[in-house]
Amino acid sequence: MSTLVIAEHDNSSLKGATLNAVAAAQVMGADIDILVAGANCAAVGDAAAAVPGVGKVLVADNAAYEHQLAENVSLLIAEVGANYDNIVAPATANCKNFMPRVAALLDVAQISDITAVQSADTFQRPIYAGNVIATVQSADAKKVITVRTTAYDAVAAEGGSASVEAVDAVHDAGVSTFVGEEVAVSDRPELTAASVVISGGRGMQNGENFKLLEGIADKLGAAIGASRAAVDAGFVPNDMQVGQTGKIVAPDLYIAVGISGAIQHLAGMKDSKVIVAINKDEDAPIFQVADYGLVADLFDALPELESKL
Amino acid sequence: MKVLVAVKRVVDYNVKVRAKADGTDVDLNNVKMAINPFCEIAVEEAVRLKEAGTATEVIAVSIGDKSCQEQIRTALALGADRGIQVETEGGVEPLVVAKLLKGVVDKEEPQLVILGKQSIDGDNNQTGQMLAALGNMGQGTFASEVVVDGDKVNVTREIDGGLQTVSLSLPAVVTTDLRLNEPRYASLPNIMKAKKKPLDVYTPEDLGVSVTTHLTQVKVEPPAERQAGIKVEDVDQLVDKLKNEAKVIS
Repeated sequence: MSTLVIAEHDNSSLKGATLNAVAAAQVMGADIDILVAGANCAAVGDAAAAVPGVGKVLVADNAAYEHQLAENVSLLIAEVGANYDNIVAPATANCKNFMPRVAALLDVAQISDITAVQSADTFQRPIYAGNVIATVQSADAKKVITVRTTAYDAVAAEGGSASVEAVDAVHDAGVSTFVGEEVAVSDRPELTAASVVISGGRGMQNGENFKLLEGIADKLGAAIGASRAAVDAGFVPNDMQVGQTGKIVAPDLYIAVGISGAIQHLAGMKDSKVIVAINKDEDAPIFQVADYGLVADLFDALPELESKL
Repeated sequence: MKVLVAVKRVVDYNVKVRAKADGTDVDLNNVKMAINPFCEIAVEEAVRLKEAGTATEVIAVSIGDKSCQEQIRTALALGADRGIQVETEGGVEPLVVAKLLKGVVDKEEPQLVILGKQSIDGDNNQTGQMLAALGNMGQGTFASEVVVDGDKVNVTREIDGGLQTVSLSLPAVVTTDLRLNEPRYASLPNIMKAKKKPLDVYTPEDLGVSVTTHLTQVKVEPPAERQAGIKVEDVDQLVDKLKNEAKVIS
């Protein structure tokens, strides 16, 4: 059996999510190769070759792949992947964009966001935003899989010495072009990748009060999130929303402030390793999932917490 | 320009879904059903394109048994002009949904197909991309802004850590993210009017698609329960626990 892992990268560095995907691929027990599709991405290929347990790294270095446009990259992956039993990628925004396209080109199902490998053809994945875990069995000879990165500890980034081979295939579907990118410049980590997240809910009362979370976030190196209630009330923009219809996070530490714990919010954060809830309503459902609950007025507790960190 | 919008009937997002005791499926008895939130955003976007004079007709399509006509009517009440139901028994997989939608696209030849980025039941996040692949169309997934410009559409996409804008040749596929718009509420007069709008029903055979099964759901079960936590007395104790017990801060 053989598995092709698709590298997540930005043409200059290999992203950690790739290492989580390799960890899942190792459980599948097959020989692992990595495909790097990009432009001027030799450094990424070298980094991938250093991942232990990788047979070879295939580098498709061409302008057509520079921004990993799904229309182009999917054609490449479908071609290279023809020789593999499994095609595996981390469930990042980038890979979620092109992997279903690969599956459709190969006329197979995609198994999205797996959290466990039970056998060569059977996997577990959360559905209904994690309220239910489904075990699914694939009848396809070739499996296209995305991996929920929070379910697998990353493999080591160093210690291997895989061979690096160039892939010459150039695919330009000619239906899409890259216009521009606006990557948020923030000292804070990104919500889905942060090891600490502090989120505010309706209890914050207004958007101005989210400043109370910033000082704590700065001290903890945390990302700031919000509940849907806070977003719907117009306190903060939608891209901060943690929940079933927002972002799914699973940091080491999640601090929920003034959040009652609606189902839709819990679905987005309940896989966090440690959950802290600060709420003045001691019956708030958030306390049922919190490891540490503090019943207090957040306007007292937040400044005190900031000063004591 | 004709716009096709796909809508899915799903469990209302406020409902806490449970696995059946025998683990065969989720329990959907007497559960409130609704239009998938991302699909609602897709309908809103299509209707806005029509209101702006960009789109000439908005067609809402859903795949499922007769009950999904309810969600098509919702889309019609929100402003879609007519509906199409592709009649299937129960749920079908994203790949098959994409093939059925491709069949509808071949019939209707829309310039733009707008779908939700994922449905909140299966959470697959596949159908739009698969449809785009089957039709060799460009795709603007996880869209937060859609601007039609002549024979192109510029789509601003939510990516990890920011936004990316791509330009796609029409026809193209767009899948919606949360920030794209805030859907309106259907007014009572529009709900009444929606009942009279045309709704065609096709079978998969009409579209030349065979409904295949690639994935079998073996079992569903509740996720591992979290251990019940403790209440701390004050901020000092909280900081102490996080430092010395949980060891998540230093």
